[in-house]
Amino acid sequence: MDIDSSAPAIALHSVIKKFKEVTAVNDLSFTIGQGEFVALLGPNGAGKTTLVEMIEGLQFPTSGEIFVFGKNWKGHQHFLHRQLGISLQETRFIDKLTVYETLNLFASFYNLPVERINQVMSMVGLDEKRKTYTVNLSGGQRQRLALGVGLLNNPRLLLLDEPTTGLDPTSRREIWNILMDLKKNERTTLILTTHYMEEASFLCERIIIMDHGKVIAKGTLDELLAHHNKGEIIEFIAGCTVNTDQLAAIPGVRSIHRASGDKLRLIVDNIITVLPLVMQEMDKQMCGFMSLECRKFTLDDLFVSLTGRTLND
Amino acid sequence: MSRSLIQLSLIHFREFVREPGILFWSIFFPMLMAWVLGIAFSSKPETLESFAVVKNSEGPYFGLKTLIDSSKLKINRAHQVEYVKVFEDSKLGRTTFRFTYTSWDSALIMLKRGQIQLILKESPSRLEYHFDPRSSEAKLGYIYLSSLMKNGKLHEAGEDIMPLTRIGTRYIDFLVPGLIALGMMNSIFWGMCYGLVEMRMKKLLRRMVATPMKKSEFLLSHFIARLSLSLLEGLILLTFSWFYFHITIQGSIAALLLVFFAGDFAFAGISILVSSRVSNTRVATAIVNAMTMPMMVLSGVFFSYHNFPDFVIPFIKVLPLTLLADSLRSIFIEGAGFHEVMGALIILPLLGTITFTLGLKWYKWY
Ligand SMILES: Nc1ncnc2c1ncn2[C@@H]1O[C@H](COP(=O)(O)OP(=O)(O)OP(=O)(O)O)[C@@H](O)[C@H]1O
Ligand SMILES: [Mg+2]
Repeated sequence: MDIDSSAPAIALHSVIKKFKEVTAVNDLSFTIGQGEFVALLGPNGAGKTTLVEMIEGLQFPTSGEIFVFGKNWKGHQHFLHRQLGISLQETRFIDKLTVYETLNLFASFYNLPVERINQVMSMVGLDEKRKTYTVNLSGGQRQRLALGVGLLNNPRLLLLDEPTTGLDPTSRREIWNILMDLKKNERTTLILTTHYMEEASFLCERIIIMDHGKVIAKGTLDELLAHHNKGEIIEFIAGCTVNTDQLAAIPGVRSIHRASGDKLRLIVDNIITVLPLVMQEMDKQMCGFMSLECRKFTLDDLFVSLTGRTLND
Repeated sequence: MSRSLIQLSLIHFREFVREPGILFWSIFFPMLMAWVLGIAFSSKPETLESFAVVKNSEGPYFGLKTLIDSSKLKINRAHQVEYVKVFEDSKLGRTTFRFTYTSWDSALIMLKRGQIQLILKESPSRLEYHFDPRSSEAKLGYIYLSSLMKNGKLHEAGEDIMPLTRIGTRYIDFLVPGLIALGMMNSIFWGMCYGLVEMRMKKLLRRMVATPMKKSEFLLSHFIARLSLSLLEGLILLTFSWFYFHITIQGSIAALLLVFFAGDFAFAGISILVSSRVSNTRVATAIVNAMTMPMMVLSGVFFSYHNFPDFVIPFIKVLPLTLLADSLRSIFIEGAGFHEVMGALIILPLLGTITFTLGLKWYKWY
C-alpha cells in the first residue's frame, strides 16, 4: 500500500482531548500538507505533547477525528506505523544496551538492513558511541539517539517533541542540519514542538502557536508578525528619573512599559523616525542613556503579547 | 524465530550478563542459601535445653539434685549460677542441659527473651514444669529431663533410635526442590513485573508500540527469556547440590521439564496480569513483595506447611508456588512421574492462560 499523494499529511477535525480536570486540546481543526515543516510553539502545558501523541496514535481524542495521510488510526495501525518516525518528549532506552544494539532492536521491527543502522548512526553523530551503554550517554547524546531511532525507517512523517531541549548550541545546530537535509529531499513532513522561536523560524515555514489547548496564531513568521502588527521596540535604561508622560506624547510612540528593573520599553511605529525624537526629549530632560537597544518585534515578543507568558517559562 | 523476536529476547540475556546484581541474586544467592541451610541441618545434631530453676526454702527435689551434682558449675555473663551437663549419644548426638538458678521474676524475663524454654520450681516433694505447651521445643525439654531423671538416659531401655541419613530423606533433599521453585518464582516475578513496568515508566513501551513491533512477539520474548534463564538458574543450583550434597532426581525427567514449563507459564501469566496497568516501579515492587512473601512462608519451601492449621492447608496447596514445589519435590525424592504431578500440570497452565488472557485484555501499552 502506498501513500495517497493528494491526501494531506495530517488533517484534524474538531479534536478535543479532556483529562479529568483539564481540557488539554480544545477543539482543534487544521491540515498540514505533505512535505511541510511545521513548528508547534507554546508554553508549558499548552497541549503540544498531547496533540502530537494523538497524531502518533499513542493517545486517543475524547472527540473529533484525526487523519494521517488520509487514514484513521483505527484499522490502519500497521500501515501508519511504517510511515511515522517519532521522538517522544522523554524516552529512556534500555540501560545496559549499547547505542548500536538499541538501533538494531528498532531496525528489526521495520526489518531494515544493517547498513541503515550505520547510516543513521553517523547521521546523528553517534559513531564513536556505538558501543556505549545508553545509560552512560549524555543528555544530548541520548536525544540524538532518540532522533536516530525516529529516522531509522526513513519516515514520511516525522514528529519530534522538543528534540533540542537541553542541548548545547552546537548540538542544536547539528540537529537542525540533519533536519534541513531531510527538507531538501521534499519527501518528509515534519512537525516539531519547541520552546525556541529561533528554531521554529529557522526550520519551519509554518508556525502554529498554541496555548490552553487552542491555536492562538498560525502562519509563516512574516505573516505572523505582519498580521499582528505590534510595532517595533526601543528599550533603554536612563541615567536619571525620566518623565514618562513627555515620552508618551511623542508622535509614533504607542505605549510605554517598565520592562525589568530600571529598563523602559517603548513600543513605537517605526524606530527610524521615532528614535531621534526620543533622543531629543531625553536631552531636554538632561538625561543620558546607560543602555539603549532597538529591535523589531520578535516571535518571542509576539508570544508574550498574545499569551501574557514567555515561551520558556 | 523472526529477527525482531531474537532482538527482543536478546535484551533480557544481555541485561542478565551485564548487570552484576542480577547474576548474584539469581545464581549465587540460591546456591549460598542451599549451602548454608544444607550445612546447618546436616552437621552433627546438637541440642541445647535451657532451664531456669527457682529454689524453695524447704530444699531441693531429689532427682534434679542428683543431676545437678554431676554437672559442671559455671558463672555466666549475667553473674548467675549455672550448671551444665553434656550428654553424648552415638545416635542422638550431643545434648547439653543448662540449669540457671534464679528468682521467679527474672526467670520469667529470661523466658520472654528466649534464653530459656522452661522454668522449674522445685520442692523436696515435687517438681513443677512451667512452659508454653505450644512450643514443641519446650515440650522436648520436658520429656528429655523427665526421662533423664527417671533412667539416667535420654531414651528408655528396649527402644532403639536409628538415624536416617539415606539420600532423599535429609533436609537438604527437601530443601533443594523448594529452592528451585522459589528461584523460578522470584526470577519471573521480578524479571517480568518489574521489567515490564519499568519499560512503561521510562516511556519505552509507548515508543516501541509506535513501531510495527508485534505485541505478541514482545510478550513472547519475555516468556522465552524468563523460561531459559530460570532453567539455567535451576540447572546451576541442581548441579551444585548434586556435586556438594549428592542430590539426585529419582523420578521422570520429562515430567520434571513439563512441570518446569507449566510453572514458568503460570508465573508469567500472573506477572502480565498484575503488571498490566501499573505505571510505577515502586508499586510494582510492592506488588511483587505482596505476592512472593506469603508464598515463601506458606508454600513449604523451607519447612513443611503441614504444621499450619488444617483449614488453611487446602488453600495453601493450590498456591502456584506450592503446586510447583510439591511437584518438583515428589519428582526429585519420591520418584514421581507424570501421573503423580498431573494436578499441577493441569492447574498451573490453566492459571497461566486465564491470567495471561485477562492481563492482555487490560494491558496498558501507551
Ligand atoms: N495523562 C494526563 N492526565 C492528566 N492531565 C494531563 C495528562 N497529560 C497531560 N495532561 C495535562 O494536559 C495539559 C497539556 O499537557 P501537555 O503535556 O500536552 O503540554 P505541553 O504543551 O506538551 O507542555 P510542555 O511544553 O511542558 O511539554 C497540561 O495541563 C497537563 O497537565
Ligand atoms: Mg510537552
